Amino acid sequence: MIALDSSSEAARTGEFLFGVQDMHCAGCISALERALSALPEVVSVRVNLTNRRIRILADTETEPERLAQCIRETGYTPIQLDADSIRLVSTTPQSQGLLVRLGIAGFGFANVMIYSVVVWSGAEGTTRDLMHWLSAFVALPVIAYAAQPFFLSALRVLRNFRLNMDVPISLAIILASGQSLFETAQSGQHAYFDAALALVFFLLSGRYLDLQTRMTARSAAAQLSAIEPDTTTTLAEGKEVNRPIGEITEGATIIVRSGDRIPLDGEITTGSGDLDNSFLTGESRPESVKQGDQVVAGQFIHTGRLEIKVTRSSANSSLRRLVKMIELAESARNRYTTLADRAASIYAPAVHLLALLGFFGWLTATGDTRLSINIAVAILIITCPCALGLAVPAVSAATTGRFFRSNLLIKDPDALEKLAGVRRAVLDKTGTLTLGIPIIDRVSGIHPQALAVAGALAASSRHPYAQAIHNHVMESAIPLATLDKVVEIPGSGITGIWNDQEVRLGRSDWVGAGSTGHSATWLRLGGDVFHEFRFIDRIRSGTRECIKGLQDLGIETILMSGDTEEAVRALADTLDIDQWFATARPEDKMAMIDKLTRQDGMTLMVGDGINDAAAMARSDISITPSSALDVTRVAASVVLVGDDVSRIPEAIHLARLAKRRVLENFTIAGCYNAVAVPLAMAGLATPLAAAIAMSTSSIAVTLNSMRMR
Amino acid sequence: MESIIPLITVTLLGGLLWLVIMVWAIRNHQYSDPEGDAHRILQTDYDDEPGDPSA
Repeated sequence: MIALDSSSEAARTGEFLFGVQDMHCAGCISALERALSALPEVVSVRVNLTNRRIRILADTETEPERLAQCIRETGYTPIQLDADSIRLVSTTPQSQGLLVRLGIAGFGFANVMIYSVVVWSGAEGTTRDLMHWLSAFVALPVIAYAAQPFFLSALRVLRNFRLNMDVPISLAIILASGQSLFETAQSGQHAYFDAALALVFFLLSGRYLDLQTRMTARSAAAQLSAIEPDTTTTLAEGKEVNRPIGEITEGATIIVRSGDRIPLDGEITTGSGDLDNSFLTGESRPESVKQGDQVVAGQFIHTGRLEIKVTRSSANSSLRRLVKMIELAESARNRYTTLADRAASIYAPAVHLLALLGFFGWLTATGDTRLSINIAVAILIITCPCALGLAVPAVSAATTGRFFRSNLLIKDPDALEKLAGVRRAVLDKTGTLTLGIPIIDRVSGIHPQALAVAGALAASSRHPYAQAIHNHVMESAIPLATLDKVVEIPGSGITGIWNDQEVRLGRSDWVGAGSTGHSATWLRLGGDVFHEFRFIDRIRSGTRECIKGLQDLGIETILMSGDTEEAVRALADTLDIDQWFATARPEDKMAMIDKLTRQDGMTLMVGDGINDAAAMARSDISITPSSALDVTRVAASVVLVGDDVSRIPEAIHLARLAKRRVLENFTIAGCYNAVAVPLAMAGLATPLAAAIAMSTSSIAVTLNSMRMR
Repeated sequence: MESIIPLITVTLLGGLLWLVIMVWAIRNHQYSDPEGDAHRILQTDYDDEPGDPSA
């Protein structure tokens, strides 16, 4: 039995995956791999820099948090990923299969080219026939295997009586092979095996690049999906226990403390505290709550310990309803047809029409069926959309790579093109342009001694206003006053004893200063001496550059926030934005976006709150900082890692550049067709001419695309 | 004519050998992390048993 227990080492190792966005060099790889393999429970570590992931094999008993801690101590930010769900969305087997097909097509292409060179250099009679037979012997099995993705895709759309790019491609490949085989059997002069293989090879390269781009997008999406808190503390028979949120029923009591996010809707039964609503409403001012108040899922607790009687279970919670609203908004979004799809819908019928025209033209003129078929095949091969199939994927692969390197994760594969067409940008305030962290507005007129007391009172609190005061005092290098009996009363303020007098820092009515309309905190220094502290929201680094950059690109900027009119106007003034909307509810934001998306050009929405999520899902394209909640990150089409919003205009500029490259590539392909198609129609396109023309145009568009890197 | 036969055999076999190596390399995940490999070549500590980067 003992022998069975200790059976194999491998059985007891589990797989752990972490996404680490901030690693980028050889030093990062060594540092992380060395630090992690130093842990005794770790069996093997491997960093994948392309996907920004670390795969760790370790004892199944290992706490993932211990590994995450190790990564954090090395100086990086890990996101734990679920290995099973990552494997579900992984395209690795698919991309490997495509790479094998590409390799085989390359092998066939190279060999058949060697035989073709013999024919082109003037081989006659049996030598030419031998070369043709050899080509057929290599080309036919290679095509049968390597071109399967095109055949399958063409079959799929033909079953639905539609056309896509793969229909003319498959037709060209099959017809060219069939015609070449027939010509070979007849000892004919022209065989197009090399051209058919060239098509397969070039188009598979495009397909591979396309898959890589999608994989980057998909792995980015997977890294950001659902990291919801899944357990919460609940009271069971008077004891505190941890339970999954899904199991908590209505009427149960849950306990949340400062620093937690409220997981479920409910009513406070015991305790009081200060809540942050900024993710829900966009309002930057903390809200004080006490026993009997209603709370909703998603609110963040700055101070206090609350016992909450759950009024709605997880399935009905307001957070869940918002997610539903986002899904609904997403399904109502206009379907976008990509540039490549639009080009294909014109191109595919045109190619078939030209080939048919060539066939019947030559048939009526000469009456020679074999010659007419040869001409039709030559037209199909010449017009085959190498440039389309290769140019667009090459540009998007190069651009996505550049976005990835500058910490922009593209989740929606169409996002690049839509970003290029952005005409107006709607920006959220709290958490997007501002940090949602208050700083003191003005302190002139407050005595340093008062500051010293306020700083000392505020030192231990987690309330954002208290932290702002404390930070300000520390920065001003004022020594803190010595206090006794400092007590924080969540929802009201902080009290303490200074020079035998009671001092209070907190809400105006609690301090005794009477009630004022401002979002201010008051300090009472014994007797009737009051000091007022006012706060403003700190502007994110790069916000100014972002607005300036957008305006320079000719993009209309609109500020839309759920915060008070006063706060929004102040920000709009400092940032020089003329259009702004305050106290906007999620429904208002969505309605506004709906109105804007009906206008010409694309509407970009930048936001981070749950209240922005529905509007973001409805807009043409949306960007969110990675600090946003998962609901919002799921709704966004582009995620900005880090908090530098000045990258947004840069991204739009890059997307516009990419679109220009695609259009250039279409022009190159168009010029090539304008020359080659008449030649093919005239019956002048020999296999040699086809091979040269096809290779040069493909190489030209690829090189042009590579300029994006 | 006869001189072509060995040449054809050599090119075909050479091509097939290259193909086998390529498929082996792909199955060994040597194309799974091109960016990482580009950086790893600069490292001085040599890793005899690199893990599987497929994830």
